[in-house]
Amino acid sequence: MAITGLIFVGFILAHMYGNLMIFAGEEAFDEYAEHLRELLTPMLPYGGALWILRIVLLASLVGHAYAAFALWSRAGKARKSRYAVSGVAKSLFVSKAMRWGGVALLLFLVFHILHFTTNTIQINGDFDSPAARLVSSFEVWWAVGIYTLAVLALGMHLLHGVWGAGMTLGLNTSIAAAERLRIAAVLIAVVTVVGFLLPPFAILFGIIP
Amino acid sequence: MTETLPATEAPADGLINGLYREGMPIADSVAPSGPIADRWALRQFEAKLVNPANRRKLSVIIVGTGLAGAAAGATLGEAGYQVKSFCYQDSPRRAHSIAAQGGINAAKNYKGDGDSAYRLFYDTVKGGDYRSRESNVYRLAEVSTSIIDQCVAQGVPFAREYGGMLDNRSFGGVQVSRTFYARGQTGQQLLIGAYQALERQIAAGSVQMYSRHEMLELVMVEGVARGIIARDMVTGEIETHLADAVVLATGGYGNVFYLSTNAMGCNVTANWRAHRKGAYFANPCYTQIHPTCIPVSGEYQSKLTLMSESLRNDGRIWVPKRAEDGSKDPREIPEEDRDYYLERIYPAFGNLVPRDIASRAAKNVCDEGRGVGPGGLGVYLDFADSIERLGKSAVESKYGNLFDMYQRITGENPYELPMRIYPAVHYTMGGLWVDYDLQSNIPGLFVAGEANFSDHGANRLGASALMQGLADGYFVLPNTIRNYLAEGPYPKIEENDPAVVEAREQVQQRIDHFLSVNGTRSVDSYHKALGKIMWDKCGMERSEEGLKEAIAEIRELRADFWQNVRVLGSADTINQSLEKAGRVADFIELGELMCVDALHRRESCGGHFRVESQTEDGEALRKDDEFAYVAAWESGGEDGAPILHKEDLVYEFVEMKQRSYK
Amino acid sequence: MKLTLKIWRQGGPSADGEMVTYPIEGVSEDMSFLEMLDVLNEELIAKGEEPVAFDSDCREGICGMCGLVINGQAHGPEVTTTCQLHMRSFSDGDEISIEPWRAEAFPVLKDLCVDRTSFDRIIQAGGYISANTGAAPDAAATLVPKDDADRAFMGAECIGCGACVAACPNASGMLFMGAKVTHLGELPQGQPERYARVVSMVDQHDAEGFGGCTNLGECSRACPKGIPLNVISQMNRDLQRAKLGKH
Ligand SMILES: Cc1cc2nc3c(=O)[nH]c(=O)nc-3n(C[C@H](O)[C@H](O)[C@H](O)COP(=O)(O)OP(=O)(O)OC[C@H]3O[C@@H](n4cnc5c(N)ncnc54)[C@H](O)[C@@H]3O)c2cc1C
Ligand code: HEM
Ligand code: HEM
Ligand code: SF4
Ligand code: F3S
Ligand code: FES
Repeated sequence: MAITGLIFVGFILAHMYGNLMIFAGEEAFDEYAEHLRELLTPMLPYGGALWILRIVLLASLVGHAYAAFALWSRAGKARKSRYAVSGVAKSLFVSKAMRWGGVALLLFLVFHILHFTTNTIQINGDFDSPAARLVSSFEVWWAVGIYTLAVLALGMHLLHGVWGAGMTLGLNTSIAAAERLRIAAVLIAVVTVVGFLLPPFAILFGIIP
Repeated sequence: MTETLPATEAPADGLINGLYREGMPIADSVAPSGPIADRWALRQFEAKLVNPANRRKLSVIIVGTGLAGAAAGATLGEAGYQVKSFCYQDSPRRAHSIAAQGGINAAKNYKGDGDSAYRLFYDTVKGGDYRSRESNVYRLAEVSTSIIDQCVAQGVPFAREYGGMLDNRSFGGVQVSRTFYARGQTGQQLLIGAYQALERQIAAGSVQMYSRHEMLELVMVEGVARGIIARDMVTGEIETHLADAVVLATGGYGNVFYLSTNAMGCNVTANWRAHRKGAYFANPCYTQIHPTCIPVSGEYQSKLTLMSESLRNDGRIWVPKRAEDGSKDPREIPEEDRDYYLERIYPAFGNLVPRDIASRAAKNVCDEGRGVGPGGLGVYLDFADSIERLGKSAVESKYGNLFDMYQRITGENPYELPMRIYPAVHYTMGGLWVDYDLQSNIPGLFVAGEANFSDHGANRLGASALMQGLADGYFVLPNTIRNYLAEGPYPKIEENDPAVVEAREQVQQRIDHFLSVNGTRSVDSYHKALGKIMWDKCGMERSEEGLKEAIAEIRELRADFWQNVRVLGSADTINQSLEKAGRVADFIELGELMCVDALHRRESCGGHFRVESQTEDGEALRKDDEFAYVAAWESGGEDGAPILHKEDLVYEFVEMKQRSYK
Repeated sequence: MKLTLKIWRQGGPSADGEMVTYPIEGVSEDMSFLEMLDVLNEELIAKGEEPVAFDSDCREGICGMCGLVINGQAHGPEVTTTCQLHMRSFSDGDEISIEPWRAEAFPVLKDLCVDRTSFDRIIQAGGYISANTGAAPDAAATLVPKDDADRAFMGAECIGCGACVAACPNASGMLFMGAKVTHLGELPQGQPERYARVVSMVDQHDAEGFGGCTNLGECSRACPKGIPLNVISQMNRDLQRAKLGKH
């Protein structure tokens, strides 16, 4: 779980960096998207690296979701009768948020891939240039809304997830280490949320034409 | 009142004082003689060996998983015997030993301050007010060092110094630092060590564990202990367990006083049932009262909490000079209206006088009406001076956790208000009589730990009970019981043997009786009533008159209990009232024997203070010419008078002296 | 004080249970929570009703025998054991719900009593240092740096009460296990069995039906001995090293 989660974190950070290229102009962004597909050619065919990345991501997602559901069902089996009074524990919220938040992220991903990668869902017109697709989509307020919600959900998931991954990997073995881990989790979550939300809002408010 | 009372003459019917008979004197026949330092080695050498291949055929039942029982179980299991281990808690790790705070003594002399096995032996004999056996005590001091080695090897996290060496402190007024400790949780850490060793043997299959099982009867076949009857406290099933030998390591009986520092479930049932089957009960009246407990706050009080004795190192004990100041805010009582009575009466030792003296002095001032807090049963333990002298943070770092505990229980802040303390029953030196091999007078029945009477005489030194429990369990019993087992395996016994069936029926009858009386009073109400009688009349101070009254009252209570107790529910599930009923029934009988023992011992010694035997200035007066013996009581049956057997105590190495702390 | 208690009553291991309401009056602030239940039980006995079964022994916060979920919190509103919780933590007129630990690995035996022998079996799986009696070297032969000794001690403070399991939304026993692994793993004496120990303890834990840990931290917040979460992390690290073939 920690491994797959951290692969996601790596991807997310890279992806965020990519998205921020939009500030460098549409051409730069398109060049970047193109570059992704040309990565490591001619060792790999055109788009090869990207496909490898996709396969790794997909495998991770399957592994991650499988582990999450396995833990979820184990927890259910480990406590079959519920407490009459519950909900005082703050972690109960976190555990629910992780699970349902993860599911929400999964749904978002499907939508997101249909939107940007396969171009099946088209918002505000049909464009060949990824940059143009991006800019035109985020001129629509509800598209920005959906992405904002998704990114916030991601932030929450990461806030606990990164901390948890550190715990699971055995990085927290003292009070000081706990503090470092906590800071890392907050930092990654905040950077992710801000980084992902900058482009859509910049577009919505017309900072990027 | 220095004149000795006339010894009561035995009347024609043989009943002394109308209460007991005297039987044949007894002696410990297995302790070797010769130089004291060689005796234990000699005994181990003499004790027969059992071939490892034969050990698997030999079985031992161990009741109790405290320090004594768990250590014995682990060691015997490891040696290859078949062990069955029992405790009434849900896990062996919860035995009452877990609650010990202060530490464990061992003559390691790591501090190089002149300690030795001989000095520990000497201190223990003297501390026990010359009422213990020299051979036993020397052995205890001798094996004490191996205990520490064993525990460290198991991972017991004793306190360490910065250099990584084990740390020691001095404890209970002795002049050397020989007490090993693990913060305020020494008992817990030692017990977890023994528990883990036991669990290792359970995993290995050499020990079978029966938790939530209570021993309710001893099985005797042809005069020999061959097993126990136990109740599965979850299903209610009455089970028969048979073996070649039985070990009782069931702890002390301080709960006869209802309120004590013992755990709620501590009981005398295993010991008492064995006593009723013939085992002698030695020195039942020797109880230790600890001076620094949190006082009772109301009728509902279920148990008392000990505050570490170390508090007396820096706190000053006082009460108001005038009774009417008792309800005032203590901070507003000026210095000249306070009576620092220990410093006044015992200027040499002050607040650090031994436990029994500090306890009795507190009782005396409270009896004068000068006690403080609810019911006037408390004295102040004041840290104001120390806080001023050392600073609050120094006091906090030394005693912070104790202060927190006090505040949690009382709701008062001891940094601002002086603490209130009062004595409470803490430990019982008496127990089943055993010889040097820890075997009772019933062949095949061994007794270890607080359950036996062996090593502390009339008074136990701080940090010595843990030492004794582990000495018995790890080192003594495993070496002596093999001498008995070497004669085995004993003839196989069937569950339908008449003696076994009879024992089982006795248990069943008691249970059926309790469930069918359907009287009006709860078990607890009887226990409380018994406790009150015991505390008032067989507590810190005992008088002939009081003890006689107590005996009459206990007999009345006993009759009423059997006819009028109310136990609801059934026998086939957890039924805590039923469990308690059996225990209280035995406590009532024990209480009577304690009073008889206290009455017959017309001297003051150790924890036993007879008002009739004191010096002119009110100090305890021991009478060595008349009472230097162990009083081993044989049961007189259902209503018969108990029979006293005396074991004379001979001192070859330590000279008997009166204690003085002035 | 006057209180309304809602208590889980269950006749036996296989019986159905339910919450039953009992009013109680005259509760004093100085009573411990268990003494308040003692008083209730005396009243029930007087009325001819079966008293409520609950476990306790030392009533000093050290044996780990007691343990109730009070208003949804393991050991109640303060960070302490149930026996050390006092009624001054409640106020007049409060409604208090009282339930047993709930976890499949801790089956209810009756009312508020549960069976925690699964913890013992986890210890049996390796929660010890193999040291035969009498074969030990002198205690001073092995020096232990104070920091290691202190950290081992911190793990050794666990009283095996099971509040961590009761509080964990996954009913996981990781804190209990982590505490033991840390206690033994920090000491030089514990090194030879260090990696084998953690593997077999974790296997036993999973076989007992405890849930998995998703690092929620509720266990540590409920722990009366303040065992920190980092013992779980330490255990995870040892487990990974063990799986990577370290012994
Ligand atoms: C609060 C407190 C603090 C103390 N501090 C210290 C200290 O600092 N230093 C020191 O040296 N001593 C101290 N002592 C004394 C010491 O803790 C005990 O004397 C010692 O631990 C007794 O150990 P044990 O093995 O004999 O019995 P216990 O630990 O009492 O064990 C008794 C065992 O017998 C079992 N049992 C009892 N009856 C039955 C039955 N009928 N059927 C089945 N099982 C049964 C119980 O389940 C338990 O497992 C303290 C005592 C108290 C109360
Ligand atoms: C199927 C949908 C998902 C579910 C049910 C889900 C559930 C969970 C759960 C329960 C955890 C906590 C595990 C633990 O602490 O041990 C977790 C951790 C994590 N998740 Fe997800 N998640 C999902 C999808 C995602 C996605 C899409 C991402 C990233 C984009 C992601 C990233 C992470 C990360 C980084 C962790 C931390 C890893 C760890 O704690 O070991 N998750 N997830
Ligand atoms: C504002 C936020 C986001 C923007 C603007 C954005 C933009 C894009 C774009 C433009 C692409 C297509 C790239 C291409 O095909 O060249 C893409 C692909 C992708 N995005 Fe995002 N994204 C956002 C958030 C997210 C989030 C939160 C996740 C994960 C949780 C995510 C996961 C992915 C994935 C998995 C792909 C597919 C990569 C591939 O297979 O080609 N994105 N994104
Ligand atoms: S870790 Fe804490 S909560 Fe869990 S069993 Fe140990 S002491 Fe209890
Ligand atoms: S609450 Fe449970 S999820 Fe893990 S951190 Fe504690 S065991
Ligand atoms: S009863 Fe022992 S910890 Fe509460």
